[in-house]
Amino acid sequence: MIRFARLFEALDQSTRTTDKVNALAAYFAEAEPLDRLWTVALFSGRRPRRAVTTTELRSWAAEAAGLPLWLVDESYPVVGDLAETIALILPPPDRLSRRPLSGWMALLRDLAGQPEAARRAAILDAWAELDTAQRFLFNKLVTGGFRVGVSQKLMTRALAQATGRDEAELAHRLMGSWSPETTSWETLIQAEDAGADASRPYPFCLAHPLEGEPANLGSPQDWCAEWKWDGIRGQLILREGRHFVWSRGEELMTDRFPELARALDFLPPGTVLDGEILAWDGTAPLPFAALQRRIGRKSVPKKLLEEAPVILLAYDLLEWQGRDLRAAPFAERRALLDRALGDLPPDAPVRPSPLVAFDDWQTLANIRTEARDQQAEGLMLKRAASPYHAGRKKGDWWKWKLDPYTVDAVMIYAQAGHGRRATLYTDFTFAVWDGDALVPFAKAYSGLTDAEFREITAWVRSNTLQRFGPVRQVKPELVFEIAFEGIQQSPRHKSGIALRFPRMLRWRRDKPAAEANRLEDLKQLLAPPGT
Amino acid sequence: MARDPVLEFTERGIYCPAGGFYVDPWHPVDRALITHGHADHARPGHSRYLSTTGAAPILRQRLGDITLETVSYGALLRIGDARVSFHPAGHVPGSAQIRVEVAGEVWVVSGDYKTVADGLSEPFEPVRCHTFITESTFGLPVFRWPDPAEVARNLNDWWRGSVAAGRTPVLGAYALGKAQRLLSMLDPGIGPILTHGAIETATSVLRAQGFDLPPTVAVTPETDPRAHGGALVLAPPSALGSAWMRRFGPVSTGFASGWMMLRGVRRRRAMDRGFVLSDHADWPGLNTAITESGAEKIFVTHGYTEIFTQWLRSRRLDADIVPTRFTGDEAQAE
Repeated sequence: MIRFARLFEALDQSTRTTDKVNALAAYFAEAEPLDRLWTVALFSGRRPRRAVTTTELRSWAAEAAGLPLWLVDESYPVVGDLAETIALILPPPDRLSRRPLSGWMALLRDLAGQPEAARRAAILDAWAELDTAQRFLFNKLVTGGFRVGVSQKLMTRALAQATGRDEAELAHRLMGSWSPETTSWETLIQAEDAGADASRPYPFCLAHPLEGEPANLGSPQDWCAEWKWDGIRGQLILREGRHFVWSRGEELMTDRFPELARALDFLPPGTVLDGEILAWDGTAPLPFAALQRRIGRKSVPKKLLEEAPVILLAYDLLEWQGRDLRAAPFAERRALLDRALGDLPPDAPVRPSPLVAFDDWQTLANIRTEARDQQAEGLMLKRAASPYHAGRKKGDWWKWKLDPYTVDAVMIYAQAGHGRRATLYTDFTFAVWDGDALVPFAKAYSGLTDAEFREITAWVRSNTLQRFGPVRQVKPELVFEIAFEGIQQSPRHKSGIALRFPRMLRWRRDKPAAEANRLEDLKQLLAPPGT
Repeated sequence: MARDPVLEFTERGIYCPAGGFYVDPWHPVDRALITHGHADHARPGHSRYLSTTGAAPILRQRLGDITLETVSYGALLRIGDARVSFHPAGHVPGSAQIRVEVAGEVWVVSGDYKTVADGLSEPFEPVRCHTFITESTFGLPVFRWPDPAEVARNLNDWWRGSVAAGRTPVLGAYALGKAQRLLSMLDPGIGPILTHGAIETATSVLRAQGFDLPPTVAVTPETDPRAHGGALVLAPPSALGSAWMRRFGPVSTGFASGWMMLRGVRRRRAMDRGFVLSDHADWPGLNTAITESGAEKIFVTHGYTEIFTQWLRSRRLDADIVPTRFTGDEAQAE
């Protein structure tokens, strides 16, 4: 754990990519195999289940530190991180443990399901033999909130550097449902037979937002266009008579979308499709709100299956008849996809996402303006000759989204952020006018620069009307342009509407609060009922 | 008949009716007693100033031609009906707590203080009193300073490591106090120490007072950084990331402050390294100072006033918040 804490410190201290990769590579070269394996697991988001609730952790920490619980709770928003707060308030350790990371992970695994007294004793013992840096990490692991400022891509690059293996091949090996308890370093990283696991997905190819005009991309003949759907990106795997559905975040979603099981009836084993999971009315996507009802549900009641059935609109074929097609040109993969899905009956849960035909960029630009009528967010542009890349690689896949809706709104509440932004007011509630009253309709916390947040923080402190715990009601004076992707009716919100992806586009210093938009303006954006 | 309190909290600052003077006033007054030379305590425009002998040179340097009387630590002065003395606060060289006694009742204004000796400032001395006015900049239990010897090791390791990696370490610190404390912790054997003008000014004032500080080279427009290989640069926070810094080529930036205890603040500052080093008392320091003052009444100012006051009350102490013009409960200045 000392070595792991040193690695974390090195990663946390530097903002330079090369420093991070070097620190990781050095760690992978030095650490014990089981610790390495755990590190790869943790850095690729494979977090252990939470053994202890944060409520328990707070109260045990208060007790160990000899402090009242309210004082721990008051310290938390200042620090912005509970694991760190606890690490800092505890008295210094009386001895230092030599237990490796894997040993602590085993201890945490065994803790789950034990009676409270046993878990409490184990946690207090651990705190007594870890220094502040290790305690912080330990607390993160206990609460299942372990995250690190290193992308999986960066870690894979370091792993490639340390092992001398190909980065894309390693990325593929790290996909899927392994855990340090079901595999070994040898099997995961070094064994020759990498495809042994039937459920293993391919790394997703990700697009960059298109900046500027598509004309800069060259000849339209070299490109293919598709609608950019507003659903859940998913990979459907059919192998050995079974099916698996993976999210882009490498979450196994097979049970959430039971409709997709029927793909086995229509497609042969050894097929892997990349596409968008959408709620579907038989001919077109349902609004995102319908799909939202399915998200986060591990099992789906029958009624919901009828009201919001899903399909996969497939736009790429990654494996066909057991053969990895990723190196083939997109146009070829796409043609094969259309052939494979072309003859399926209309009730099949898989359909090809149609290509959008165009001869010149202007035609495509005109088509793009109709995206909202198609329930799409815009267009995807894919180079016809491009392979299926692992991860986000600039140049071959572009997302060309519609401009968002915008509205000018008044800030009425402010709350401090978390982590890096713990001492800044960054989370705001916005309101629009309804008659003479301001009605809150959206929260947003991104889109401004740190310098702007600092300025607003100073303003919030001297313009607070009232405090509600960590939330401050402020004078309704500052106006912001809020951008959002969609709008729906919502009986749960005071304003009667709910926005999709609201964020701050800019601070309208030029606008007085009286000139902010009105609730009627927002309601006009709602699609008329029945369409 | 009820007596006036020994000290009152007014719009202009802390006022002693019996002595007709203010302590660290915010607005121009006739007579100002100054705890130390930081700008938020020593302001311009007062008719008469009184400070410790040790704080005087900085006050003169910063405020120019002022009418300044000085007094040694511990010496008893009579001002009107008040008896006044200055006692080491350990915050920066020359800094003082001010003890005010009127008709046998004793109040102490601690100003800014720290309880750990820093090797330069006259070490904090607890002063017994009835009423103690304490700061609370770091009045939360998450603030517990690491051993300064360990911080010094980390600083020097970072200096060596940066130079080895072909980068010039640039260390941000406040010009008065923190900068000189860092100078006394740095190992001049590693290389030369270059200073920004603001830091060099305060450093030469302290050097003239007899403080033993390692040699420094003031950076001027003519300075060629290549002539000072392996150097570390000491600069005020405002210079970090500014055009001034460009002359040093590739740099590694560091910052020394108590706030560096918090990972979130470290990351937001986007410095390469944060060193936990403060001239304010940490949580154990604040609590010890309050206990050792023996005060039955505590006034809390500057910092986490609400939380710290509530904490003192939970320990059955009579505590209240000083109404000040500083509303920042998260003031980042140190």
